[in-house]
Amino acid sequence: MKKNQWYNNQIFPWLLPIVIVILWQVLGQLNLIKSTMLPTPFEVVEAGIRLFQTGELQENVYISTKRAVIGFAIGGAIGFLLGLFNGTVLFFEKLTDTSIQMIRTIPHLALIPLVILWFGIGEGAKIFLVAVGVMFPIYINTFSGIKNVDRKLIEMGKVYGLSKWQLFTNIILPGAMPNILVGIRYALGVTWISLIVAETIGAQGGIGYMATTAREFMQMDVVVLTIVLYAILGKLSDFIAKLCEQRLLKWNPAYRKN
Amino acid sequence: MFGIELQSVGKSFGNNVVLRDINLSISKGSFTAIVGKSGCGKSTLLRVIAGLENVTSGSLAYTDGEAKKSNIRIMFQDDRLLPWKSILKNVAIGGVGMKEAEEALEKVGLDGKKDAWPDELSGGQKQRVALARALASKPDVLLFDEPLGALDALTRMEMQHLIEELWQEQKFTSILVTHDVSEAVHLADRVIVLNEGGIQMDKQIDLPRQRERDEKFTSYEKNILDKIIGG
Repeated sequence: MKKNQWYNNQIFPWLLPIVIVILWQVLGQLNLIKSTMLPTPFEVVEAGIRLFQTGELQENVYISTKRAVIGFAIGGAIGFLLGLFNGTVLFFEKLTDTSIQMIRTIPHLALIPLVILWFGIGEGAKIFLVAVGVMFPIYINTFSGIKNVDRKLIEMGKVYGLSKWQLFTNIILPGAMPNILVGIRYALGVTWISLIVAETIGAQGGIGYMATTAREFMQMDVVVLTIVLYAILGKLSDFIAKLCEQRLLKWNPAYRKN
Repeated sequence: MFGIELQSVGKSFGNNVVLRDINLSISKGSFTAIVGKSGCGKSTLLRVIAGLENVTSGSLAYTDGEAKKSNIRIMFQDDRLLPWKSILKNVAIGGVGMKEAEEALEKVGLDGKKDAWPDELSGGQKQRVALARALASKPDVLLFDEPLGALDALTRMEMQHLIEELWQEQKFTSILVTHDVSEAVHLADRVIVLNEGGIQMDKQIDLPRQRERDEKFTSYEKNILDKIIGG
């Protein structure tokens, strides 16, 4: 792979999206795309400014982000702890892994009717769905990460007199970290997908709620705006995950900036 | 410092007998080499001495002074450095402070690399770090499990000198497992030949250090090699 090509820089990857947005704007202004079908980028931005001025935008983004963070934290913690126990203690693995693998194959969004009956359409339902969706990818990656830590390094740690806790913090956890981070990145994607579905079906706030109300009033610009908002939030969380990777895996030449 | 005493030690994995009736007394501060064909049980013997494997029969005891398992260190075939720790922190893994770790790095001539990551070092440098890690806690017993097997000839000679020098300075009880007879004669006071899990030859090497490849050296070498090959 050649590194010093003209296209290998920060700006080039943005060329395609920019061209598409310009094309979209031009086609919209020429009325080749009707704004009742798809509003132009300017109209979407205008809608964004309008909702920002009324405060609706910030409020709904805040509500959705809060749900995402809480759901991710709960599901992530459960998945991580399960992966940790099952990866290190054979008893727990034998006890729970088969059951978890069975439950995992159910698409978690199939639980929506059940979840609505259990929790109604309150906050609990959304957080529950996000947590369930996040739990499995984090569990599986933590578990396999721990299982795949080089046995020879663990043996070395034992010869060098490390206690169980020291073995865990010095060898097992850092050895499993690349896998855990893969799980986290994947789970972040699942977070937003779960939230979009959950908020569209029933909510009194949040980005999905904005989209549903806008659809009822035929506000196409707001509908498109919500889609863009999800894209931005998704990209932002992936960016944060990437920063974590660069920080935590700086020992790995693949992540080292040079 | 302490020595090691093995009395009719046997070790089997299932029906597979790896060591049989090993009687061996290793005095403190000595340098012993264990050689033999691959599969003769030499690595297993080392792992038994290290306490990584339990004996199936017989007994293992530490002699000549206060013995703690924590004072036994192993240098493995591969460096086994933790890729996510800096060189200095790798050396400090055996529970020593940063100061001791730095001193140990200095001894192997790598104090300039203390902030590097392991994958930035060459194979020989990594084994030197592994040696520093083994020595940092001032062990009583240092076990070498073919630590130089993967290195090129020049780096290997350098490492042999370094090991000899540090052993003369610190006098830890050393046991070296190797398939390289010349390396064994170069470093050890005593060479033990293992064959099919039993001791086949136990030879003192009475040569002054640093050893040159002279006539006496090669005659020792030939003698041992003949025993290994001839069976």
